[in-house]
Amino acid sequence: MTQSPQTVTPVSPGSESRPRRPGRLRAALRRIATPSLLIGVGLVVLTSLFGIIGPFFVADPLAISSGGMQPPSAEHWLGTTQTGQDVVAQLAWATRGSLTVGLIVATLALLLSAFFGVLGGYLGGWVDELFSLFTNVVLILPGLPLMIVIGSYVEQRGLLLISLILAITSWAAAARVLRSQTLSIRNRDYVQAARVAGEKPHRIISVEILPNLLPVMSSGFVFALITAILGEAGLSFIGLGVYGTQTWGSMLFYAQNAQALTLGGWWWFVPPGAMIALLGCGLSLINFSIDGIINPRLRTAPKAARNLRKAEQAADERSSRPDDGSSDRRSTSSKEAVA
Amino acid sequence: MHFLRKIGFYLVALWAAVTLNFFIPRALPGSPVDAVLAKLALRGPVDPSTREAIEVMLGADDDTSLFEEYFAYLAGLFRGDLGISVTYFPTPVSQVVGQSLPWTLVLVGLATTITFVIGMVLGTVAGWKRGTWLDSLIPATTILQAVPYFWLALLFIYVLSVNMGLFPIAGGYDYTLVRPALDYPFLSNAVYYGFLPALTIVLSSLGGWLLGMRNMMVSTLSEDYILTAEAKGLSPRRVMIMYAARNAMLPSVSGFAISLGFVVSGSIVVETVFSYPGVGYTMLQAVQNNDYSLMQGLFLIITVSVLAANLVVDLLYGVIDPRTRARS
Repeated sequence: MTQSPQTVTPVSPGSESRPRRPGRLRAALRRIATPSLLIGVGLVVLTSLFGIIGPFFVADPLAISSGGMQPPSAEHWLGTTQTGQDVVAQLAWATRGSLTVGLIVATLALLLSAFFGVLGGYLGGWVDELFSLFTNVVLILPGLPLMIVIGSYVEQRGLLLISLILAITSWAAAARVLRSQTLSIRNRDYVQAARVAGEKPHRIISVEILPNLLPVMSSGFVFALITAILGEAGLSFIGLGVYGTQTWGSMLFYAQNAQALTLGGWWWFVPPGAMIALLGCGLSLINFSIDGIINPRLRTAPKAARNLRKAEQAADERSSRPDDGSSDRRSTSSKEAVA
Repeated sequence: MHFLRKIGFYLVALWAAVTLNFFIPRALPGSPVDAVLAKLALRGPVDPSTREAIEVMLGADDDTSLFEEYFAYLAGLFRGDLGISVTYFPTPVSQVVGQSLPWTLVLVGLATTITFVIGMVLGTVAGWKRGTWLDSLIPATTILQAVPYFWLALLFIYVLSVNMGLFPIAGGYDYTLVRPALDYPFLSNAVYYGFLPALTIVLSSLGGWLLGMRNMMVSTLSEDYILTAEAKGLSPRRVMIMYAARNAMLPSVSGFAISLGFVVSGSIVVETVFSYPGVGYTMLQAVQNNDYSLMQGLFLIITVSVLAANLVVDLLYGVIDPRTRARS
């Protein structure tokens, strides 16, 4: 299941000769670079650029002016807020804020899940029992209520603290996946061989096991990024987000509190949510492509089914002239996805 | 053995939740007593005896050791004593929770079940007909999945309620027209008010179910027993439902339990947007009023309901998947 796509590629005769390698690489790249991956990467890159570069080019997001609740115009591309702040400027800073929180949380969650999942899965025994018990308990405790309870007790909600709270409540699902993957890799021959050869456990984990977990971990990281950004937005939206930092969620919080809905100020609350949706969509598309790499059946089975249907249609057209032939068509439709 | 293990796990999880609930306020900086006093000071001068009374009420008086407090807290829980709400003073927390819980359970329970059923059916069909135009459902559901719950709710309110006037903007029922009772006027009114929140939950969580089920169907359909079933000449419908879908559903069923927790959490924000009188909205009220005992009571109730839902699904799992029974 975790074979890299290169090993799946049918090896053409003579491909072992050196000069042919770039061609194989290009073929592998073409197989991975599906339209959905390209669109996903494009969306993520555009959003990130807006968050990184945008704040340098916009006016002060907190500057108050007399023209409040103005619809989009040449001067303010996305209109103004209740107090006359420029929505584009706020959006740029909010993008930066949300991405920062998302990256910190996803990194922390990845580290936590790798620690509990991989280490527990590899060591086995009572460590594994303890780690998976802990993971399952964290997984089952409802995250957002817990965040609310913790967040409401802390008066100075800094960036790191909120990130930590979000990370603590979001690593468990990935840890479970990593553990089961580690369990299956641990018993493969090359890992056994390394152990018999007297390799140290930390070396076996980092050299033999982690590289094979890379696709699963990157998919987990992308998923953690989505969860973190959505979680932060939810927390900020109910007013418990990072204090003094603008994020998409805090923009929505202020928009909702200023009655932007009933006053018809769509230009205030539509953009932040749309940004979350675009970024989330981009990340999901990337994740979807990674899934296709991890589980080749998802890629090949639909294609095989399509090919088979085409072949059937062609056969139908051919057999329809001599009439009758539908009876044995049934049997050919039996199995395709063995491919 | 399998059964006992499950029960043991849920007991541990429950204990963890209860203990977290006890230690969070004591481990974090900031004092609930000060917060409550600050709130009271807005209304008028506070004398020292008030402070003492609040300290005793919130269990912050330093006469007892942490251990004694912990056991007193556990004993209180067993009696169903969760303290007294500051927001709805002097109503006990358990009563406030009791009033808000049915709203959330019905709204979220129904919405989640509807979503699950629709997702399973659509996922089965999409997986069965893989390689057709139905594959284009995947990007569509991906987009829906990425949309934040509460933003979708804001859009619905803006378009359907504010601009078109089709649905109410906020609330669980029209308290100028009906009173809570199990009769037609109230129930129909509640359904009318609950429609948009439910629609929000269904639309934003449907994608995950659909995609998960579809992917499992695709994997399951390439198993040998599907080939065997087709070779036996069973009708395609029977193969699709009894052979493929039944097995492909298993991960989704266990995911259903986990997602119940997620949906209860997610509904906090949805309820906030619609000012829906459920657990989530009450929790937010508690946060805004520094009502710590209500907040913790709600957290506990949410956790217990999530654990209970998981336990039920876990036990039902044995009925659906005979392998788990055979193993024990």
